[in-house]
Amino acid sequence: MKRIYVDEKHCLGCHLCEYNCAYANSGINNMVKALKDKTIYPRIRVEGDEKITYAVSCRHCTDPLCVKSCISGALSIENGTICIDHNKCVGCLTCILVCPYGAVTTGEGGVVQKCELCLKNASGAPACVAGCPNRAIIYEER
Amino acid sequence: MEKYYITPEFEVIRNQNRCIACRVCERQCANEVHTYDVDGKIMLSDEAKCVNCQRCVSLCPTHALKIVKNECSFRENANWQSDTIKEIYKQATSGGVLLSSMGNPKPLPVYWDKILINASQVTNPSIDPLREPMETRVFLGKKPDSITRKPDGSIDTTIAPQLELTMPVMFSAMSYGSISYNAHESLARAARELGIYYNTGEGGLHEDFYCYGENTIVQVASGRFGVHEDYLNAGAAIEIKMGQGAKPGIGGHLPGAKIVGEVSRTRMIPEGSDAISPAPHHDIYSIEDLRQLVYSLKESSQYKKPVIVKVAAVHNIAAIASGIARSGADIIAIDGFRGGTGAAPTRIRDNVGIPIELALAAVDRRLRDEGIRNNVSLVVGGSIRSASDVVKAIALGADACYIATSALLALGCHLCRTCQTGKCNWGIATQRPELVKRLNPDIGSERLVNLLTAWRHEVKELMGGMGINSIEALRGNRLMLRGVGLTEKELEILGISHAGE
Amino acid sequence: MDVKKYVIIGNGTAAIGCIEGIRSVDATGKITVISSENRHVYCRPLISYLLEGKTDTEKMKYRPDDFYEKNDCNVLYGKRAISLNSEDKTVAMDDGETLCFDSLCVASGSSPFVPPMEGMDKVEKRFSFMTLDDALSLEKAITPDSRVLIIGAGLIGLKCAEGISGKVGSITVCDLAERVLSSILDNECAAVVQKHLEAHGITFMLGNSVSKFDDETAYMKNGEDIHFDILVTAVGVRPNIALIKEAGGACGRAITVSEKMKTSCDDIYAAGDCTESVDVSSGSVKVMALMPNAYMQGHCAGVNMAGGESVFDNAIPMNSIGFFGVHIMSAGSHTDDSEIYEETKDGSVKKLFMKDGMLTGFVLIGDVDKAGIYTDMIRSRKSISEIDFDMLKKKPSLYAFDEEYRGKILGGVG
Repeated sequence: MKRIYVDEKHCLGCHLCEYNCAYANSGINNMVKALKDKTIYPRIRVEGDEKITYAVSCRHCTDPLCVKSCISGALSIENGTICIDHNKCVGCLTCILVCPYGAVTTGEGGVVQKCELCLKNASGAPACVAGCPNRAIIYEER
Repeated sequence: MEKYYITPEFEVIRNQNRCIACRVCERQCANEVHTYDVDGKIMLSDEAKCVNCQRCVSLCPTHALKIVKNECSFRENANWQSDTIKEIYKQATSGGVLLSSMGNPKPLPVYWDKILINASQVTNPSIDPLREPMETRVFLGKKPDSITRKPDGSIDTTIAPQLELTMPVMFSAMSYGSISYNAHESLARAARELGIYYNTGEGGLHEDFYCYGENTIVQVASGRFGVHEDYLNAGAAIEIKMGQGAKPGIGGHLPGAKIVGEVSRTRMIPEGSDAISPAPHHDIYSIEDLRQLVYSLKESSQYKKPVIVKVAAVHNIAAIASGIARSGADIIAIDGFRGGTGAAPTRIRDNVGIPIELALAAVDRRLRDEGIRNNVSLVVGGSIRSASDVVKAIALGADACYIATSALLALGCHLCRTCQTGKCNWGIATQRPELVKRLNPDIGSERLVNLLTAWRHEVKELMGGMGINSIEALRGNRLMLRGVGLTEKELEILGISHAGE
Repeated sequence: MDVKKYVIIGNGTAAIGCIEGIRSVDATGKITVISSENRHVYCRPLISYLLEGKTDTEKMKYRPDDFYEKNDCNVLYGKRAISLNSEDKTVAMDDGETLCFDSLCVASGSSPFVPPMEGMDKVEKRFSFMTLDDALSLEKAITPDSRVLIIGAGLIGLKCAEGISGKVGSITVCDLAERVLSSILDNECAAVVQKHLEAHGITFMLGNSVSKFDDETAYMKNGEDIHFDILVTAVGVRPNIALIKEAGGACGRAITVSEKMKTSCDDIYAAGDCTESVDVSSGSVKVMALMPNAYMQGHCAGVNMAGGESVFDNAIPMNSIGFFGVHIMSAGSHTDDSEIYEETKDGSVKKLFMKDGMLTGFVLIGDVDKAGIYTDMIRSRKSISEIDFDMLKKKPSLYAFDEEYRGKILGGVG
């Protein structure tokens, strides 16, 4: 299954992945309208310092702790991708408590969100990959 | 006080309606032009620091930025232009020699743009490169004057060592230290994939790149940085750098601040010490000395590799070339005055040397007249900007072209000409790790391969249009060129007729 | 090839885990589920969110409507198991039927403990807060003028308080313990949470209990009288162990299970709130009645029941709970001689507990971002010296780990 992989050697810490993610998942088809004067809630997040940076997003684990811990059944596995039904999420944050990589975050309104590989939005292919200026994020099978 | 004399050269125009304050511009500017003001929740720009490298413009996700020339100008004056005035201010402030990077930007004649190429029509057919085989392969090296036969009658095919190129273009010398490790990796990988060569420049060869040795030309410059036996044997050819088009007559200078870590190790000099290459090779004071060095290099490489001598195009280049052709060198590389550099004194870069077009024509004519044209192959550089420049250069007599600025542009350079600061935002002319990262060799080598693949196709189209199907048939074929807007003298030196003739 | 017969007592999270565990190994065995509640499976913690309005009975379903059908399970709704025979391998139900099994999983959960307080039987409007039915009846009973008294300032009691906040006249919470959430927070942390809850209109009477009830009045030990309209008891729960105990299975406070979820009776497993097992952060045996543990235990039991191999050996207590927008997370355990790192920043509280060079527990109030990284350190018993713990203390992130680890996780290398 194709996943998002990050190469620390080429990540510049420019955060464009975050903005492209927020835009792709905003449901609005104009980047300025989607993001201007708004706090963004990206599903991929850059960590690190001036020397080393990398971006963290859901690993779509084959044995996902978050799915096993979700109290409402909002998290589930669909063809290997871990998906969230935002309608079912009650914001208990148990998934954040168990994800060993810190890949789950709270979105707007307290429900949680995480990378769903842009399979459900208009983007079609992962926006973080397309938006990375240095090919530090790759979408492939490994 | 002094800073008030010099107004910012550029203005950063930000369309605040489009700016989403994502801060990419801030994060990606090594000159610290942009900052995010937390109180006003707005991006601010200090344009005094901007060098117009266009990194921020390229990366802005909503295209909210543009860099324009600052209209705040001196009163118009054709003689005292604003650059000239500012240079005086700079020198009055610093008392130092003005330094510049990249090639001569002055509006002197560009002869490539005044030369036109023939095409076949009616009297002889053109060739369709997509249907007919076209030979863009060239061999650089000494060629025999005539065919000799062995006692049994078969042709004696022993020949001096040659460099085989899939197309008549190579990457010119750019030292490791003036450009980054990742830039070198991109050049090496592209050269390997394309089947051509790249040049180490005078910074030595990093051990990680020995594996690309078959596609490497190792350079021996006056400072002899990084020169040792393994180095000489690692490459496919050895180039003696006598001069460089951007700064003829003087040596090279890499400031101590850039001699760190791997650069220092590869050059074999201590960290922090300035890498100054002297003007002459201190063991070459005459043409006989050059011959001696050429042969000692051949000895240490078992006569298996061609030796190149690189010179800058200066006034009596024809005589110089003739001397070199008789010295045992296999290839002469001539670098015209438009050639680029990591750093050179501005006055020398802008005022010394002659155009490569004229130098090439003169050298080719002289060597033919003296009957020694086959002693050497000619490689020219110094602002070869396109496939048409390549075709014109070959028609004027070159065997191949060296490109450097074109290669850097392919890697992302925006010709802001501030390489000497070492803060190249594109990861090319810098040694700072966080900046070098920005040039991903996977992408860099791909772009170089794309560029030259495109040029190769264009060369074939141009040749096919002329009814020629091999570089050999194009070389020195001045009948294929016509000049336009050139004086009698220029036409005479170039050896071409005027358009219409 | 005999078709195996599986019976699962219970229809909660652990039961679902068990079904999914069985089906991952055995696609043909017959599964029968005995569900005391006449409802499609849901997780009990959700009832307070229902009261709040964050979910409804449809959205609450833990699995889609066709789950049982897709997994070929036969669910007996509204039935109870009343006795177990571990030798004959039979289960007797309250409707007179008897079921045979090859393997059985007891996932009977727990029941609310109603303290025997004098006069409690006289209180008309008295509710527990355990099942969906409890929540729905409570919802029906409250009015904007109701004065609600909740006994128990633990997880359940406080969630109930939050659920009805804003919909009733007043809320008073009392508890024998001196602090709120006494099972997971220490005095300092509890004080922070209490203050936050009080700012949202909840009144507390801690270190206090009811001496006796008299219809609509509670006479407190300290002499105060509280007048109320509605009483909610959320004092605690007791694991449902009667079935196993009577069948001769080993029990402590709850049913004893091995790493493979086996009870001391052959072919009988147990999972969920009714069990007790080893908390790897402290090494002691505990009841860890938490959703994630229930599911994982159920799954482990199911796989083993079907003949596969599964071990669940890194269970720890953990909680994630929020009140009025402020989140609290806790995991692991600590002792009096644990090394503590504490930090208060912008109103958020962090406490990390270390012992023997490992992280054994933490409490976070407010900023809970990436807490899972701490949780994983506890469960995997990673040595603090292997990472940059000084950095991890201040902010949980993968940066505290080495390049090789990140390369594996983010780069798929090796």
